[in-house]
Amino acid sequence: MTAQRDKSKIIPGTTIFDGAESRKGYRINKFAMSFTKPENREAFTADEEAYMEKWDLSDQERLFLRDRDFRGLIEECGGNIYMIMKLGTCTGHGLYHVGAQLRGQTFEEFMATRNASGVR
Amino acid sequence: MAKIVGGIGTSHVPSIGKAYDMGQQEEPDWKPVFDAYKPVQKWLAELKPDVAIVVYNDHGSSMFFDKYPTFAIGAADSYPIGDEGWGPRPLPDVPGHPEFSWRLAEELVYNEFDMTVCQELSVEHGFLVPMNLCFPHEPTWPVKTVPIAVNVIQHPLPTATRCYKLGQAIRQAVEACEDDLRVVIFGTGGMSHQLNGTRFGHLNTDFDNDFLEKIEADPIALTNLTHQQIMEEAGAEAVELIMWLTMRGALSDDLTRVHRNYYAPMTTGMGLIALEENA
Ligand SMILES: [Fe+2]
Repeated sequence: MTAQRDKSKIIPGTTIFDGAESRKGYRINKFAMSFTKPENREAFTADEEAYMEKWDLSDQERLFLRDRDFRGLIEECGGNIYMIMKLGTCTGHGLYHVGAQLRGQTFEEFMATRNASGVR
Repeated sequence: MAKIVGGIGTSHVPSIGKAYDMGQQEEPDWKPVFDAYKPVQKWLAELKPDVAIVVYNDHGSSMFFDKYPTFAIGAADSYPIGDEGWGPRPLPDVPGHPEFSWRLAEELVYNEFDMTVCQELSVEHGFLVPMNLCFPHEPTWPVKTVPIAVNVIQHPLPTATRCYKLGQAIRQAVEACEDDLRVVIFGTGGMSHQLNGTRFGHLNTDFDNDFLEKIEADPIALTNLTHQQIMEEAGAEAVELIMWLTMRGALSDDLTRVHRNYYAPMTTGMGLIALEENA
């Protein structure tokens, strides 16, 4: 069997969503998955705190969510990018806003690194 | 006998769907994407397939990490448009071919590919962007479909070789089917891209162009790639490309390339290749 991953060889600036991440992120990812139902998005938008109360989230996860800190949710809480983007979109933060956060840049700084920024 | 008549490798970038729905096909930065698919649409209209097998991954629409299958096959009469967190796209439900799906499932499972069979499945950008780019949908889609979902988002993922062998098994399964059906197969996802970490936005156009070259001429070389190699070179989310190997495994080596295109405007290498079976 060929090893598919070399865990001793860290890929710089990269988080690989594996079993460890998925266990760590299970709560926040399950919460984010609830946003695939319009009634849940509406409930969250109407009263964020009340909606978060209904879910098993850590204080840190709630804090990151209040702060729209998607980098924190992904890099520290095990958030999966596809799940976290449901939270981003619902709060008005598109993929490139989240990406800029991940890179530690402003949105404008990030967009300036792209070839054809009309494609959004 | 059912028969595979062609294969398409294509990216499934979700923003393309949004741009389509907003009518941005003619905007300068988007135009190259949409124009690239016109020859493929024309080819498919002439090829008149009865069924499209679409190899894709669910990004948290119909499937979640409570139970995320490694390989799954849809077997429904029709596939509704999924809600990924921002409402379903305004597209008609996609017709299925459940009898054919179950035939394929039988052949695949007895051939040691243990598929999860899904009788209720909504489809999302991984499936819909390629369908939308390659086929008309007004008033309805011109083909029936068989969705095949592969886990490419939660490691451990199936290996590149395994995905290729799944394609070979799909070809055998199709050919074992008694019905006269003309089948095309899509491998979707990629190309280079990364959506996490400080390396967000990583692209590798050399890797992508080499992949486009080899998917046609030397797919076995690509099956030797490990997930680590793909992720190091082309970004963590580029592992989706292993699904193109399922498409290629389902084809023979007697092929004509109908079309090929590459465009990398933002954060994802958008690749396209269409291959027709000669015999
Ligand atoms: Fe994808």
